[in-house]
Amino acid sequence: MTKQRKAAALISGGLDSLLAARVMQEQGIHVEGINFYTGFCVEGHTHAIRKKDRQKEKRNNALWVAEQLGIKLHIVDIVEDYKQVVLNPKHGYGANLNPCLDCKIFMVSKALEWIKSKDFDFIITGEVIGQRPMSQRKETMPVVADESGAEDLLLRPLCARNLPETLPEREGWVDRQQLHDFSGRSRKPQMALAAKFGFEDYAQPAGGCCFLTDAQYSVKLADLWRARGDKQYEMDDIMLLKVGRHLRPAPHFKLIISREEGEGNFLRGYRHQYPHLTTVSHPGPLALIDGDVSAADIELAARLVARYSQGRSEEEVVLAFTDIEGHQQALKVRPLQPHEIPREWVI
Amino acid sequence: MKRKIIDCRRLLCPMPVIRVQTAVESLPDGAQIEAICTDPGVLTDIPAWSRINGHKLIEAREEDGEYIVVVEVDHGKQ
Ligand code: SF4
Repeated sequence: MTKQRKAAALISGGLDSLLAARVMQEQGIHVEGINFYTGFCVEGHTHAIRKKDRQKEKRNNALWVAEQLGIKLHIVDIVEDYKQVVLNPKHGYGANLNPCLDCKIFMVSKALEWIKSKDFDFIITGEVIGQRPMSQRKETMPVVADESGAEDLLLRPLCARNLPETLPEREGWVDRQQLHDFSGRSRKPQMALAAKFGFEDYAQPAGGCCFLTDAQYSVKLADLWRARGDKQYEMDDIMLLKVGRHLRPAPHFKLIISREEGEGNFLRGYRHQYPHLTTVSHPGPLALIDGDVSAADIELAARLVARYSQGRSEEEVVLAFTDIEGHQQALKVRPLQPHEIPREWVI
Repeated sequence: MKRKIIDCRRLLCPMPVIRVQTAVESLPDGAQIEAICTDPGVLTDIPAWSRINGHKLIEAREEDGEYIVVVEVDHGKQ
């Protein structure tokens, strides 16, 4: 009896990785999925934060894909190691702060470690030549294979026929003729294949699989690095960039102001780590202060937060400032008027 | 019945799922894991992860603003 060959599939939760894995199953390969959690993934979090998003039935697409395929899914936390990819991408960033090519190389190299430790034979991805301007071009395909160290153990079932033969093809574990030759930005071939396999209701992320492709998010991350004078981040930083209104009235501090109840609840979880402001005389948001602030800064921050409270048109709003030790101080301020808030403050 | 409690409060999905996954690896068949979470997403994600990987979901409920999910380990025949 021939040995059953095993492939680890990089599962992002999108259609391409779903199809790539399915194509392998068609050929009798045992497939298990790996999903890397970088901290920037669109999956998860946000629904937990914003109340209005909670009503929508949400799902983790990587888990959903695995369930459609009937395969195991291993979710791997790479948050710490991934920092070097975001902070110093050898191949640079895409349109925003997305280091897609380095990211792909890194994930494939992690998958390589994984298959070696689990005695799997090769790696598959849903990459398609020409699909994404930065990371999925004809020239980048061998770069990912080489720099990750995976070389010919990396098979892309959706475009393999446009690429040199890989080990699984040469060894006859998979039949090259039954692999695909998709290329370009069109999604039609994928949609046709999805229909053939009977997949419906799959996710088709527009920009990419993570927040780093989001322009607004990238601006906030760049601002954070600039303000700290150091390209670094912690998990809490990158979570907080997804929540609330961010305003920087001065280079040395910024405010994160909740926009609705769900965000307020989420930010409340950080109240022992950040000094914060809440409104007392009127219903209003919770605002965290990131940076070292003077009494004058606190006053300015209070006036700004008052602007986003229901007392915005009043002469005076009372707020409470709490430092990280829990000491409280009451402040009576006149809310800032819209013309007193320069556009540059809004990140 | 052996039951391991893991505190996943304040963690956002998929971190609680990863914590459950890690705990499962070191436990024998039949052992149970109780994850105490604050992200409501766990009510769908941990059950989905358990179904996919062949473990048994014992319960998933909300209690005092927290979300409790209990999974029984079943590594199956490898
Ligand atoms: S979109 Fe994000 S996760 Fe996807 S390849 Fe680019 S950097 Fe990596």
